[in-house]
Amino acid sequence: MNWSKYSAPLAFYPLAGKMIPWFSIVAALAIAVGLYIGLLVAPTDFQQGEAYRIIFVHVPAAWMSMFLYVVMAVWAAVGLGLNARLSFMMTQAIAPTGAMFTFLALLTGAMWGKPTWGAWWVWDARLTSELILLFQYAGVMLLRTSIDDQRRADRASGVCALVGVVNIPIIYFSVQWWNTLHQGASVSMTAAPKMATIMLTGMLLMTFGFWMYSLAVILSRVRCVILERESLQVWSKPAAAAEVAEVR
Amino acid sequence: MYWGSVSEFLEMGGYGLYVWTSFIITALCMVWEILALWRRRTAAIAESRGITRSIG
Amino acid sequence: MSQPGLWEALRGIIWRDLLLAARRRSDAAISVLFLIIVASLFPLGVGPEPAVLRTIAAGVLWVAALLACLLSLGRVFTADYLDGVLEQMLLIAQPLPVLVAGKVFAHWVVSGLPVVLLSPLLGLQFGLEGEPLGMLVLSLLLGTPTLSMIGSIGAALVLGVRGSGLLVALLVLPLYVPVLIFGAGAVTSSMAGIGGEANLSLLGACLVLSLFFAPWATASALRIALE
Repeated sequence: MNWSKYSAPLAFYPLAGKMIPWFSIVAALAIAVGLYIGLLVAPTDFQQGEAYRIIFVHVPAAWMSMFLYVVMAVWAAVGLGLNARLSFMMTQAIAPTGAMFTFLALLTGAMWGKPTWGAWWVWDARLTSELILLFQYAGVMLLRTSIDDQRRADRASGVCALVGVVNIPIIYFSVQWWNTLHQGASVSMTAAPKMATIMLTGMLLMTFGFWMYSLAVILSRVRCVILERESLQVWSKPAAAAEVAEVR
Repeated sequence: MYWGSVSEFLEMGGYGLYVWTSFIITALCMVWEILALWRRRTAAIAESRGITRSIG
Repeated sequence: MSQPGLWEALRGIIWRDLLLAARRRSDAAISVLFLIIVASLFPLGVGPEPAVLRTIAAGVLWVAALLACLLSLGRVFTADYLDGVLEQMLLIAQPLPVLVAGKVFAHWVVSGLPVVLLSPLLGLQFGLEGEPLGMLVLSLLLGTPTLSMIGSIGAALVLGVRGSGLLVALLVLPLYVPVLIFGAGAVTSSMAGIGGEANLSLLGACLVLSLFFAPWATASALRIALE
């Protein structure tokens, strides 16, 4: 099978359409089972009480926020290197979902921090890097919307995403360094060293579910982007037009 | 099953407010994202139809 | 016609930018005035207690320097972009990253160096003396070129874009975080008596990294902006 033909947006459009239902179903199943385990089956954590159950959404959201940024930067690099339109469309489609997960990670983190540490916000390396990550997502998206020329918007926001991916580890390291300097405010936030297997299972299931959800959402956003950008070509090809018309 | 009763489940050992806010806002965000995408899709289809018709 | 060598081209571009800046001295003056005003607002806001001022001095002066640098970023490429010189630069046989490094260096001399030179005065205003004051100057001397280097990437990305002033702040400020942490950290740790050398070497590492990568990223951003 020749996969390279799917690098053309119009060839990718129907393929994405076929994949979305599968990812959605798997996402719904994984999240349902994950929630069942996380909320109903898993026992309480003897150190943190029931507040620890927030990690069943917090950790998956935080992981996805970082993972999606890296994926976005990889697509940007592919786009800049190979000059492929579809890669930039993927970059454009990933950013909003990644930003949403970053926001959710920060919000649920505050919800977890208040009962556990007694503070909504701590200047810890992980929290600070996550906050900066949110700004970087915003920067990539705003740069794209402020440039009218499509090709320049694609490439400029791609460079921006790539520069940002270098920045996040440096920030993580520098804030950690900074925290060791300001001993007074430091909070030991090493997660429970040994996690019960059932908790880990629930968390991994939720993460898998969020991952599949992201795939489904990103693929359908990429389809929107293709429609918005290439509407003329869509209707000039009978096969693509039939596909678009059939799913209303 | 870990919980004894429904009210115990909702209370979450006194942390109900924090736990449920987190879960509900996460769910709301995801549902909102799906709805927004659906609206964007219908708008995009309608617009591309309009363009094609005007060229005709 | 003989091609100028790499060093000649670099010297030429630095000299040209410095000459242009010397003809428009108000530009450099604005950065410095801005720095003084921002730094003077803080004592008015938090009160004149010397102990409080000394604790916040490093952070305030570094943030002020960072904002002054940000404010001047618009000048790195805009004038050359508007009168078409930048397009000519892209066509020169010399590698674009080297030319970009020259322009950024000239920009630092005009807007970063005055900040460094002025910082001891502002440090005295905030009650810094002795080793911490020296550390402030040293950290700014090592840090402000990094700020100019990183900032040039943002400046090139938003070239000719509407609302570019605020956009460049959003793009560049997250990238400034490590420099701010190490720079202010150098002063704070020398005040705490543990010496700021470790922070200074990290600042140096940031400078070397940005010298290697930023001109290259800026050059590709310029090509994108002008194609």
